[in-house]
Amino acid sequence: MTERANVVRLRSAVAESGDELAGGSRSRWEKPDAGPVKMRTLGLHAFYGETEVLKGIDLPIVDRQVTAVIGPSGCGKSTFVRSLNRMHEVVPGARITGQVLLDEQDIYARGVDPVRVRRRVGMLFQKPNPFPTLSIRDNVLAGVLLNGIDVSDREGLVEKALRQAALWDEVKDVLDRSGTSLSGGQQQRLCMARALALEPEVLLMDEPCSALDPIATARVEELIHGLRESYAIVVVTHNMQQAARVANLTAFFYMGELVEYDRTDVVFTRPKERRTEDYITGRFG
Amino acid sequence: MSGRFALRRFVDRAVRGACLLATVLALLPLVSVLAFVVVRGAGGLSLTFLTGLPKPVGEPGGGMAHAIVGSLQIVGLACLIGIPAGVLAGIHLAEYGATRFGRFVRFSADVLSGVPSIAVGLFVYALVVARAQRFSAYAGALALAILMLPTITRSTEELLRLVPESLREAALGLGVPAWRATLRVMLRTALPGVATGVMLAVARAMGESAPLLFTSFNNRAWAESPNEPTASLPVNIYTYATSPYADWHQQAWAAALVLVGLVLCLSVAARLLVRRRPE
Repeated sequence: MTERANVVRLRSAVAESGDELAGGSRSRWEKPDAGPVKMRTLGLHAFYGETEVLKGIDLPIVDRQVTAVIGPSGCGKSTFVRSLNRMHEVVPGARITGQVLLDEQDIYARGVDPVRVRRRVGMLFQKPNPFPTLSIRDNVLAGVLLNGIDVSDREGLVEKALRQAALWDEVKDVLDRSGTSLSGGQQQRLCMARALALEPEVLLMDEPCSALDPIATARVEELIHGLRESYAIVVVTHNMQQAARVANLTAFFYMGELVEYDRTDVVFTRPKERRTEDYITGRFG
Repeated sequence: MSGRFALRRFVDRAVRGACLLATVLALLPLVSVLAFVVVRGAGGLSLTFLTGLPKPVGEPGGGMAHAIVGSLQIVGLACLIGIPAGVLAGIHLAEYGATRFGRFVRFSADVLSGVPSIAVGLFVYALVVARAQRFSAYAGALALAILMLPTITRSTEELLRLVPESLREAALGLGVPAWRATLRVMLRTALPGVATGVMLAVARAMGESAPLLFTSFNNRAWAESPNEPTASLPVNIYTYATSPYADWHQQAWAAALVLVGLVLCLSVAARLLVRRRPE
């Protein structure tokens, strides 16, 4: 146990000194010129029952950057983001080994409350899922209301979060209407506002546009661009154009392994791995 | 071609007509029962009937205030036992019911809902009344609660299962503890349906006379406490309707009308209470 902790400390020290990106076997990659690391997975394995879905992932999540996770269906990219805020374990029979560091603290360490992790690491799901029993206003406040957090200026918080989610102008006159009365794209931005109202540090998005039409997709992508200045963002996508449009950094997953991680332009123009090239040129997936 | 089209149109009309006819047939008993109760009962309704106590046998007049209050009291006590137990059991089945124990509970609930209500009354008689050596509103409430339990449990379970799992994920993703996500998101979203299930159970319990015959029994006066024999509308309707006096028959009809009215008011009130959701 102590040996392992030492390795972890060593690895993070190495990463901070900037000599290597992720240490160990991943050192063969050039370090993307990216900035401080917000989260980092170390030897992350994820299981559903006996099935191993992630087979030892070492990946840094850089602060104030958008990291895209791409790969064919079933490669483990959704499982990967769900392990970053301990949503993986919600599924019966699901478990994790390895470490996920958030500001160098292991979120899977004993005594860490998953509830606290999830407040720091917000999440946007594939399908918009506003609460149908709540108004638009209360949907934005849901994290605050359901957690019993005391907020002095609720209206201010609602406006701020909706502005951040670029939804304020469209809904400011109908805040009392049901969250589900909005269009799909608006609902997804409402869910974004709901996550932002808790002032998280990291935003995870699991295929946030896969249920949206092209115009709504463009709006959400613009939004991701704007949010990059304040958050570390991870976007799972099966749409490679989207990865190229919104992400500075791209990680390519295949069969539960991290095949390649680099600056997005490098991954898409000069991939080092054959499998990456085959995937982005459409030879499989 | 046109011949086949004409045939299709004929079949379409015939089936639509059959559906309409079936609907009318189904509504006929409901409407006629309601109309009958109103027509027969309205004549017996008066302020005395609603606020007075029964007169001694042989004297005309008097009322059933004690039975109206008694019914509400027994059903209210039954709700205090049956609703929390039933809703919590339903939550258990919906969330953790995929076990052998869960299947056993589900099966038991289905069997229990088929047990004749008079058998439940006898069971409570043996369990409570015979030991305490007295009829009481408590015993009546227990019998009614047992009758309400399976309906509430199963309907709560079914309605919770209809709530999309994505809402739970949304709540958990916001850092909401699992128990609060279940209560304040899942149960809250299913609430209108759960309330309907509860109302069905309450309405059924409200109209039961058999399980009360040997539990809360009856009383010609106010019960001093829930630990005494207590009058209820269904038992009084039974007693009055089987009596030889025309005056009592009239009162039985009036009591039936009050009972129907009470159930209706409770349903409407429950619906208004849970409807609070944005447009």
